[in-house]
Amino acid sequence: MALLEATNITKIFGGLTAVNDVTLTIEQGSIVSVIGPNGAGKTTFFNILTGIYKPDKGDVIFDGKPIGGLRPDQIAALGMRRTFQNIRLFHNMTVLENVLVGMHTHLHAPIWNIIMRSPSLRREEGRARDRSRELLRFVSLDNKRDELAKNLPYGDQRRLEIARALAGDPKLILLDEPTAGMNPNETMDATNLIRRLRDQLGVTVVLIEHDMRLVMTISERISVLDYGTKIAEGDGQVIRSNPRVIEAYLGKGAAGMAGHPPA
Amino acid sequence: MATSSPQTGGTGAWDRLSGLLGRGPGGYAFLSLYLLITSLTLLLNPRTSLLTDVIFILFLLLLLIVYRTRVHIGFKVALGVIALGVVLPYFGTLNPYYIDVATQAGIYVALALGLNVVVGFAGLLDLGYVAFYAVGAYIWSIFSTPQIGAMISGAVPVPNVWFYGFILVGLMIGGAFGVLLGLPVLRLRGDYLAIVTLGFGEVIRVLAENLDKPINITNGAQGIKDIARPPIFFSGALRAIGLRQLDDNQLYQFFFYFMVLVIVLITVMIVGRLKNSRIGRAWTAIREDETAAIAQGIPLVRMKLMAFGVGASFAGTMGVVFAAKQLFINPPTFDLLTSISILSMVILGGLGNIPGVILGAVLVTLLNLQILPRIAEILRSAKSAGVPIPQSFDPTQYQRLLFGLLLILMMIFRPEGILPEDRRRQELHEDEDEPSEESAGATA
Repeated sequence: MALLEATNITKIFGGLTAVNDVTLTIEQGSIVSVIGPNGAGKTTFFNILTGIYKPDKGDVIFDGKPIGGLRPDQIAALGMRRTFQNIRLFHNMTVLENVLVGMHTHLHAPIWNIIMRSPSLRREEGRARDRSRELLRFVSLDNKRDELAKNLPYGDQRRLEIARALAGDPKLILLDEPTAGMNPNETMDATNLIRRLRDQLGVTVVLIEHDMRLVMTISERISVLDYGTKIAEGDGQVIRSNPRVIEAYLGKGAAGMAGHPPA
Repeated sequence: MATSSPQTGGTGAWDRLSGLLGRGPGGYAFLSLYLLITSLTLLLNPRTSLLTDVIFILFLLLLLIVYRTRVHIGFKVALGVIALGVVLPYFGTLNPYYIDVATQAGIYVALALGLNVVVGFAGLLDLGYVAFYAVGAYIWSIFSTPQIGAMISGAVPVPNVWFYGFILVGLMIGGAFGVLLGLPVLRLRGDYLAIVTLGFGEVIRVLAENLDKPINITNGAQGIKDIARPPIFFSGALRAIGLRQLDDNQLYQFFFYFMVLVIVLITVMIVGRLKNSRIGRAWTAIREDETAAIAQGIPLVRMKLMAFGVGASFAGTMGVVFAAKQLFINPPTFDLLTSISILSMVILGGLGNIPGVILGAVLVTLLNLQILPRIAEILRSAKSAGVPIPQSFDPTQYQRLLFGLLLILMMIFRPEGILPEDRRRQELHEDEDEPSEESAGATA
């Protein structure tokens, strides 16, 4: 069953067509990668899916509902969460608080109950804290829950961002370059974590990534964008041998050497 | 915020001090003795003088020390109750000037806490906050005086017992105006937001100045006088326990002192609870990073409007109390300088941190009402006594200069405020921890 269907998405900034007629279908429970050279429109495409940009053309259907006209917070509330290319944590909040903010859409205590500290509020807050700590354990950050987010090392910040996204119990999580700037060991840990998102939590994962080893080992399907257009789609094997992909990455001359990995 | 060295140094000193005091019975003995000595000196020396000012400040400083020392929470509350509930009011019967200063400080504490919701929590710079205060004040002023007859012919002032209801009316109207201001500025940030809110504050003041025609609503620049005070239903009981016979004016001073104290305590409680809730966390998230906040499903519009509304409602409430206490209001009471002054309290004390904001409000009020005028007075008398100070130098003129200088120094050496926001530890047993933080904040 398709969890997300984006059809004929086009986004134009001034004279630049950032995303051009892209169609992408994400199956429930899959891990899908979107790759492409810098400036290919991958992040713009993510921003359209999450509602930050409105597409000039095309529809997005998520979990059976059209979400094209919704605000980013409404889309997030429906169960689509994301991380950012340049980590965007709430720096002056603690690790635990960051995850609690991610749980916002699941907390409903009215302001009156908050002021009165009613028993139902205490229960809700207690549950939220327990769940947050569970998620922090899942990304192995529970021992750092009281530290300010800005004081965490880089890799921990990436994992905290994932925990924060998980706090909304998402059906779909979009990871924008989750291993950017990581060394091989950290990348391996990240790969395992991404796999566990799907295998243990049942979350469908879409990632933008430049690390081809990661992309090839983890994704069941790969879509390649170049100059805003989808130029190829398929599993690792198909992408590896697609001449247009090789051309996009290495230039025209390299296209003849089919069979070699593009990166 | 832990990046600047003065702050770390300061916190270290605090920790060492509270560590020293927290061990064994030392803290308890020190705090009790401190309270006893400052109280006795105050009560034995009730004349208005620089010395009394200094002791008065030391006396209030106790609350800050109590807040920062690790002693039993019950002991903290007890000291707070004795200091603010017994010693200070009794001192007020000896010298009414100081209880008035304390009441003013309390009013500013509530205002600063309200503004802190908007500026400190949600990060929305508001330079027109005094407008909501004005709205609350004018509401009660118009409805409790014959001014209502000038506005609606034939209408008569409401009975003064309605004051208690109007506190809630002030809360709601203040909140409504907050939302009203919020609506057009939702898309603005930073500088642009500040300019629009500044304009809003001025608009309200100019409206108050000019709405005496075609319909006389605010009585224009003349202001409204003879504002009704609420009936005091407990005057008999107060007289019964009072050691001295109190006249009506003194009774009202007490009444407003305690009323402001209660409102401040309630405000601290509400603000503290909001801060540690989904709403407060959403505000902080918006302050930290709007794009990331919205990606967590936080509805920006609703949360920002809520911040404006909640912040403004405290000002509306205090406006009603202020009008009844002051008996007279006019537009210049609510000028831009007051907004700036409240903002300086929030920033000076520690943006976002509740005890810090309380400290900032008390400090700035004392500076403006007591210390700076007193210094000017001393310089003046020194001049007339023959100390060679140039004729053209008028000390009163330099009060604001001194205040400005203090602000500049503060921002250079401790830009994050006197008591910066230190993110509390979210321990497993936070349920035991949190009330202590709240009530300690309440007494500070």
